[in-house]
Amino acid sequence: MALLLLALLPVWVAWANTPFHLDLASRLMILAIAAVSLNLILGHGGMISFGHAAYLGIGAYCVGIPAYYGIHDGYLQFLLAIACSAAFALVTGLICLRTRGVYFIMITMAFSQMVFFAFVSIEEYGGDDGLVIDMRSRFAGLGNIENATTLYYFIFASLLASLYLVHRIMRSRFGMVIEGIRGNERRMQAIGYNTFRYRLACYVIAGALCGYAGALLGNFTNFISPEMMDWTASGELIFMVVLGGTGSLTGSVLGAAAFVLLEEWLSAVTIYWHFLFGALLITVVLFARNGMAGMIDRLGRRAWRRSS
Amino acid sequence: MDWSLLVIQLLNGLQLGVLLFLLASGLTLIFGIMDFVNLAHGSLYMVGAYFCATLTHLTGSFVLAIALALPATALVGLAVEVIVVRHLYTRDHLDHVLATFGLILCFDAAVHYLWGPEGMAIPLPAVLDSQTELLGGIVFPTFRLLIIATGLVIAAGLWLVMTRTRIGMLVRAGASNRRMVAALGINIEILFALVFAVGAALAGLAGMLISPITEASIGMGNEIIIIAFVVIIIGGIGSIKGAFIAALAVGLIDTMGRAFLDTLMKLVMSNQNAETAAPALSAMMIYILMAGILAFRPQGLFPPRGR
Repeated sequence: MALLLLALLPVWVAWANTPFHLDLASRLMILAIAAVSLNLILGHGGMISFGHAAYLGIGAYCVGIPAYYGIHDGYLQFLLAIACSAAFALVTGLICLRTRGVYFIMITMAFSQMVFFAFVSIEEYGGDDGLVIDMRSRFAGLGNIENATTLYYFIFASLLASLYLVHRIMRSRFGMVIEGIRGNERRMQAIGYNTFRYRLACYVIAGALCGYAGALLGNFTNFISPEMMDWTASGELIFMVVLGGTGSLTGSVLGAAAFVLLEEWLSAVTIYWHFLFGALLITVVLFARNGMAGMIDRLGRRAWRRSS
Repeated sequence: MDWSLLVIQLLNGLQLGVLLFLLASGLTLIFGIMDFVNLAHGSLYMVGAYFCATLTHLTGSFVLAIALALPATALVGLAVEVIVVRHLYTRDHLDHVLATFGLILCFDAAVHYLWGPEGMAIPLPAVLDSQTELLGGIVFPTFRLLIIATGLVIAAGLWLVMTRTRIGMLVRAGASNRRMVAALGINIEILFALVFAVGAALAGLAGMLISPITEASIGMGNEIIIIAFVVIIIGGIGSIKGAFIAALAVGLIDTMGRAFLDTLMKLVMSNQNAETAAPALSAMMIYILMAGILAFRPQGLFPPRGR
């Protein structure tokens, strides 16, 4: 139902003439893809990565840097975004996945800070000030995504594809192994799985998917800066996943939606909206375990019990 | 090479190192004893700085302001512990990270509300706001020397408390095996609250000492807290000794890297390449150090024994 609403949104926007809503929904869906990718390692794999925003940045710069040199070929840019993110995830994953628990949280964050500072200090690509993308990706034979509605449907299709992809991954044997490792890694090793390789593969897939989201984000905002991969941005991504409910596919989308809408709504109410946002975050952690998906689940079960 | 420049940069590195130690010592104890990831530790650093700024303007004395702001910051830390943190000790690290991330947002917004969006400068008394001539004619700001001295004194004090007193013994025992300490009849709740408050005061002190140089500003804790985490991860979680050594190492490496890396790199590559690469590399250096250490010693340099 929600998907149908999203599909029809541009029609309503055109009718009501509120392009702002289209922007909001586009941003929401891009962040939803990022949240879904983070959920793959955080929710399903049990790997709490505090550096996931780095992939958003890498993906965005893979659009921005070629565009800076006048290369607007979308196939190349998106392929580059996926390849670079996957490569970064592979190299850092080889080191990060040797650590456990809080060391893992901190080392993933350290790597994302490294990327952050690297882009801050490369003045050629704007450094701190960021980089303006003058023209969006062009797909030879298919056209371009300059038009907001076209871009919207492109993002929408990407979201659907990512959801389907992650759904299939988690239903596959590979996904079962990942779930098993989260449950009890030693047992999975005893059965004969090389758990390190499985976790690494999962880590790389999540990184690549988030890099793709980053490429979309770069196209959407037309402006990229290191700010988007600051550690607080990674914290926000984790918030979305947990708000929605870890390990739940729809939960991540719900969480991203709730995050973006709340941010929009609260920041219109007061300039001190960060306070309410923080208080909400603490409340969710203290009282609402399993996030929104868990709450809907509980409500659903209660209603079902009453009706039967 | 200019030797006086080298000495000055060494002192600057030392100053950053002791500031990091003030932050990291509280962080590593909270982390080590309560197994609690406190991202909001940087907010207490900020709160300390703002308290000190306001009190300096009210009382007209920087020293008096520090004396008043220290217990005030400890109280804020205690309040945070009682209201939020206490309920999360039994949860996993993800919950800690999220809740304290929320606390950061709350603190930043509250400071914005109370003190406004502009930063606050802290005027120094004339005695401190001067230059001191060291051996060999090197001139260095007095206040920075004072920061180094304060940091070293506190490090020595902490070391004495940790190794020579009953409280210190309990804290060390808690860092090694928390459940055993509780089983031996120690009121672990009070111990936790005490450690949290002391950690808050130390973080606040770091904020008070740095803000006459920079100024108290919103979000000032958000960058340095990450470096403090790097310090305690390198040093080994729960180890004061590790935090001290790692803090000085990180402070020195970061400062020296920013000061001299481009000169060094110009020896091996062209000027232009060195000027592009050096800032990026020096900003990344401490993270590279941490990744390198974790790759070979996943528990840090001085992991506490007995866990």
